[in-house]
Amino acid sequence: MKRRDFLKAAGTGALIATSAGTASARDNLPVSEEAVGMLYDATLCIGCRACVVKCKEINEMPPELVEGAEQWDMAEELSADTLTIIQAYNGATGGNAARLEDGTFSFSKRQCMHCVDAGCVSVCPVKAMKKDPKTGIVSHDPDACIGCRYCVMACPYNVPKYEYDEAFGQIQKCQLCNQKGVERIDQGQITGCTEVCPTGANIFGTRKELLAEAKRRLQLKKGDTYRYQLSSIDSPHTYETQVKADYQQHIFGEKEGGGTQVLVLAGTPITNLGLPELPERSYAANSETVQHTLYGGMIAPAGILAGLIYLARRNTKGGDHDE
Amino acid sequence: MSNQYQRLDHKIVTLPFVFLCLLIGITALILVERFVFGLGAVTNLNDGYPWGVWVVYDVIIGTGFATGGWALAMVVYIANKGKYHPLVRPALLASLFGYSLGAFSAFVDMGRYWQAYNMFLPWQMNFNSVMLEVGLCVTAYTIILVLEFAPAFLDRFKAPRLKELLDRWLFVILGLGVLLPAMHQSSLGSMLIAAGHKVDPLWQSVSLQPLFALITAIAMGFSIVIFEASLVTAGYRRPSETHLLKGLGKIIVYLLVGYFVLRFGDLLLRGELGRAFAGDLRGNMFLIETLLFLTPLVILLSPKRRSSGAQLMIAAVSLLLAGALFRANAFMIAWHPGGGYVYFPSTKELLLSIGFIAIELAGYLAIVKWLPVLPKVEHA
Ligand code: SF4
Ligand code: SF4
Ligand code: SF4
Repeated sequence: MKRRDFLKAAGTGALIATSAGTASARDNLPVSEEAVGMLYDATLCIGCRACVVKCKEINEMPPELVEGAEQWDMAEELSADTLTIIQAYNGATGGNAARLEDGTFSFSKRQCMHCVDAGCVSVCPVKAMKKDPKTGIVSHDPDACIGCRYCVMACPYNVPKYEYDEAFGQIQKCQLCNQKGVERIDQGQITGCTEVCPTGANIFGTRKELLAEAKRRLQLKKGDTYRYQLSSIDSPHTYETQVKADYQQHIFGEKEGGGTQVLVLAGTPITNLGLPELPERSYAANSETVQHTLYGGMIAPAGILAGLIYLARRNTKGGDHDE
Repeated sequence: MSNQYQRLDHKIVTLPFVFLCLLIGITALILVERFVFGLGAVTNLNDGYPWGVWVVYDVIIGTGFATGGWALAMVVYIANKGKYHPLVRPALLASLFGYSLGAFSAFVDMGRYWQAYNMFLPWQMNFNSVMLEVGLCVTAYTIILVLEFAPAFLDRFKAPRLKELLDRWLFVILGLGVLLPAMHQSSLGSMLIAAGHKVDPLWQSVSLQPLFALITAIAMGFSIVIFEASLVTAGYRRPSETHLLKGLGKIIVYLLVGYFVLRFGDLLLRGELGRAFAGDLRGNMFLIETLLFLTPLVILLSPKRRSSGAQLMIAAVSLLLAGALFRANAFMIAWHPGGGYVYFPSTKELLLSIGFIAIELAGYLAIVKWLPVLPKVEHA
């Protein structure tokens, strides 16, 4: 019996594992200086869905029709054909718009949040989900993707969608209008959905400027007059109007899950608008910390393997097994 | 080593075998439909439930059931308990089937399977991804299993040169054969960490996830060895191997005690244990799961019960169900993506999963009659 050898080998392995672990625990990723994004202010949104239409046009996606009903786009949720959606929520209960009673409702725009520390990027085995180091735009490369749908699992906002009804389906999600063949941001343009928004409910800009603007708006009271930007934070086009509702003192996306590059303001609790409550530490940071603790530099596995091989060699020496 | 094993002298084509082949035929048709019309044509997968029974049962639970070869390699070659050697080959054969089918199901479920090779291109690899670790490890381990099982083939077809080469490197193969499954079985648990709040807190432990997956996988490995050995004994009226199996029962006790301490300690520390008694689906599933883990512990704690073939079998089956339910719960029942999505597997999804079990059974039955896999009767 070589019990002592076994314990020795196991002990060495454990030791290496612990030392590797302390070296690689990781915090949330930092936000890049030039990160771009959007600010959606639900108090300004009139639910016209111009953004949804423009988004479909840019991404060449068909309307979602309901058989037997009048033929217009009936999309109610994000899908592989609908990369952004306007939903109406009962501001008091977070329930469906159809069940509105007291008239306190709010629209909500959903699309990829372009997380600062994106789960989809962290889990993708083949780097098909990528975060641009400068703009922070999270893009998807269908030529690399194997369709495992781990990104779908790991996105806290249920954003990436797979085309289940196609033999050669792919993952679809908002890429901030900067995907191959579109490249609006790289060409100095702004996203389609902000460009067409008639009320300035959705504006484009750098995350830094948008965050500053969001903080300014939080100071406002219902009934104050304020000069809102249209389309983008640095646009010459603005309009002055009264503030429609008291802002909730919360900028969604400032801290949630490590922060997002799409920020949301609303007059009703934002978690009632189809957005989840998230801890400040990103899930990606948790997952990568555990993963790197176990496999950091493959030092621990290599150490354990050496122990295992040593034991296997001793115990199989002489070809046949001693019994 | 070679004369420890023998072929089973029975006809290969029997009535059950033909029935299994029928199920396999249905599976083949479903596969054709999936590849021609896409995943949506045969599955109920949707935007909220990206992974269904094919991933959860065929891959995650299936490889859990296929840990017998790994468990025995640990006992025989690492802890040097040679007396278990006769059980090694049948366990390796079952593992080989479980893993190759697991890898194949992962491929079938891959939305863009024709690009699967990207996982093996160094410049495409994302080393932060748990999925990458699982994918590479499972592939490597399946190859290792082929090599570990190769002696059975080489014994039958007398290839001394190859056998010699294999023997020379066997210790490396064995080392990898213990390390690789340990790595990816624990990673199967880690896979959930990134999903955060979408997994119910009863199954979402941030740092212990890999350990739970690992312990339950090893316990399932020993259980499946007990299960298979008992079935073969009963099915082909061969001498009982209880004298060997009871030792494995004892190892399981240690594993289960460790598991309970960690699992409940974690739930208590996080203050989530109360959810177990909420009376809802998830709470109740947790209780059933816990009961299934508790049964083998109670049975195997007594040395007397441990020596009874029937009791050992009950314990093993209960533990296999427990391990399977733990995985099904964590990946499917405890999954709440929000947005009103629901999922229940389609008939075709279930038929394919059943078909894969049929392939394993039919393949196992055929191979033990074709190659020297089962322990020699005089020795046992
Ligand atoms: S919202 Fe989802 S898809 Fe978009 S960057 Fe974040 S994790 Fe990725
Ligand atoms: S589905 Fe594609 S993009 Fe998503 S994680 Fe898998 S390989 Fe990456
Ligand atoms: S940024 Fe572009 S792709 Fe994204 S939601 Fe707006 S229009 Fe659609």
